[in-house]
Amino acid sequence: MGAVAIRATGLSKRYRIGQLQRYKALRDSLTDAVAAPFRRLRTLLQSSGRREGAPEVEIWALKDVSFEIGRGDVVGMIGRNGAGKSTLLKILSRITEPTEGSAEIHGRVGSLLEVGTGFHPELTGRENIYLNGAILGMRRREIERKFDEIVAFAETERFLDTPVKFYSSGMYVRLAFAVAAHLEPEILLVDEVLAVGDAAFQKKCLGKMSGVAGEGRTVLFVSHNMAAISGLCRSAYLLDQGRLTLTGEPHRVIDTYLASLARSSRQPLSDRTDRQGDGRLKFTDLGFRSADTAVEVAQSGQDLEISIGYTSESQTLRNVLVSIGVFTLGGQCMLVLNNELVGTEFEAVPPAGRFSCLVERFPLAPGQYSINLYCEVNGVTADWIQHAADLTVEAGDFFGTGRLPPATHGGVLMPHRWSLAGSARDVEPEVRPV
Amino acid sequence: MIPAFIIRPTAGWKFLDVRELWTYRELVYFLTWRDIKVRYKQTAIGVAWALLQPLAMMAVFTLFFGRLARVPSDGVPYPLFAYVGLLPWQLFSRTIAESTNSLITDQRLITRVYFPRIIVPIAATLAALVDFAVSAVLLVGFLAFYRITPGPAVIWLPLLILLMLVTALGIGFWLSALNVEFRDVAYAVPFLNQLWLFVTPVVYPSSVVPAPWRALYGLNPMAGVVEGFRWALLGTGQGPSPMLAASAGVALALFLTGIVWFRRRERTFVDSIGSGGR
Repeated sequence: MGAVAIRATGLSKRYRIGQLQRYKALRDSLTDAVAAPFRRLRTLLQSSGRREGAPEVEIWALKDVSFEIGRGDVVGMIGRNGAGKSTLLKILSRITEPTEGSAEIHGRVGSLLEVGTGFHPELTGRENIYLNGAILGMRRREIERKFDEIVAFAETERFLDTPVKFYSSGMYVRLAFAVAAHLEPEILLVDEVLAVGDAAFQKKCLGKMSGVAGEGRTVLFVSHNMAAISGLCRSAYLLDQGRLTLTGEPHRVIDTYLASLARSSRQPLSDRTDRQGDGRLKFTDLGFRSADTAVEVAQSGQDLEISIGYTSESQTLRNVLVSIGVFTLGGQCMLVLNNELVGTEFEAVPPAGRFSCLVERFPLAPGQYSINLYCEVNGVTADWIQHAADLTVEAGDFFGTGRLPPATHGGVLMPHRWSLAGSARDVEPEVRPV
Repeated sequence: MIPAFIIRPTAGWKFLDVRELWTYRELVYFLTWRDIKVRYKQTAIGVAWALLQPLAMMAVFTLFFGRLARVPSDGVPYPLFAYVGLLPWQLFSRTIAESTNSLITDQRLITRVYFPRIIVPIAATLAALVDFAVSAVLLVGFLAFYRITPGPAVIWLPLLILLMLVTALGIGFWLSALNVEFRDVAYAVPFLNQLWLFVTPVVYPSSVVPAPWRALYGLNPMAGVVEGFRWALLGTGQGPSPMLAASAGVALALFLTGIVWFRRRERTFVDSIGSGGR
């Protein structure tokens, strides 16, 4: 593998917080609304964008990242939220420019940052294949040549002339992925967003990806799914706060990453900076309670209350969604606890308080888990912290039988009943009367 | 060896990368095609909207300006006079409305895939040409009805259509790029559209403007376009004049500065639009 596919040298990307929140700041107050147009006009005229007076907070989403990926390599990239993974993919796919540094790209780049980009609901499946193909950079002749193959892969022959707004979500995703999968770029950039969809679809995506790797194409793959990283990639990169901190053999990088997660989940939530969202609501702490007392560990079969403190800037927030995800350390999602799914609406949320979620007879097998917290206000992400806390589950009497499920079984515990049906003759079929 | 592409921060002012635009010509085609296909989906009368709008405006203008206010029309039947003016005006007003929002409407595209961003307002403008063509067919009927045959000046029409497109594209580049950072633009445009209609000789002829002021009046590029259309099709007014020259100059200036401004600001489009938490 002498040839280089991607060579990055000192890639850096700076965001100004003012730049990100500018739009919102405009309506914050009346005075600001009056002053802002003038101030922004000045910002606009000074091409460097630097304002006098109000100092802007700068964030380096990516800082001095250098690496070399050989042709045919499959590289996995891991790191927590805000570590710069998506920013790096965006720079490599030319969606945004780096602030400093450069990257050499040898070959056609295809990015699966999101399947179905540019699909129009009013257009038919056939029309969308052409439109989407052109958006992804395929020539019309190329699309015509691969058309039948794409349709066969997506299994949507019968609905080719139906507008995609009438498609089931499964059909929609299949068609979208089929187009993207037939792009056949020399370099493929994949974001974990691919991991949406049902299990069968995920398997298909991963299968297609290992197929791509087998054909000697270069793949850069971002994921939180450690099993996929270690299964598909020959090497892994760890990004931490915009810097490339470790490269090497996947298992070693994953172990380092998991260890750093364990450290940070002991850090108070209010101090965490590796979070995403617009911050209209922020989680401040998380605790567990069982039988009205604070506990450090949960027990299978015991009621567990997860209590989450928060603060918000507004007097009252409406239409708030809170979601708790419980994951294995390998990144496998075990449970999602979501207030809207169970029909609880948070319609008037005061500036500070605690959300509390009660899980009766906690159903996970003994082991180590990690908790993600997510909040949406009016459908827009307000706060999202991955690995907000560790959760240790100890063996407990889930089934009420006095027998403890062994930790080695893993997975989810489920109340169940056994029965046996049969007759005397069937039980001993070998013994026949003479 | 596969040719390398170098990604690095760009600085300074840039002009259109014509070669890159050429390699993306099929995308221009498909985005235009999408806009056309989608526009009249799920409407009862479909493309007839392209006829209904100028016809309704022509009727209202004829009644209020032609009959009641007795606005002169350079000796041409007022309905025809108004319709010929509305033809380029409608394309222009539709284009600035659509291209202003085009980058925001297509933000999912822009934040997910690379392509020359200037394609987006270009496609929005080209899509408006279809409505223009449909209304132009009706014009042929009107000319026959009023028994008016265009003179030799009609050979200038393609150039005037080009001037109309250059004007619409130039304004479209400016407004679409500005709207990414200042959503105020989207609110100002409908108002701007109305205002602009009245400083353009659509309901009245430019001959009502005193002759010494006409070149100044021509600084509104649409004034030259609309009067040019009437001259080429109906033979009214004068052909190449200081007014038309002023309009063409302003249109070209808007077009060129629009490209340069757009190319300057496009670097921060994705950062300004954001991409929804990803």
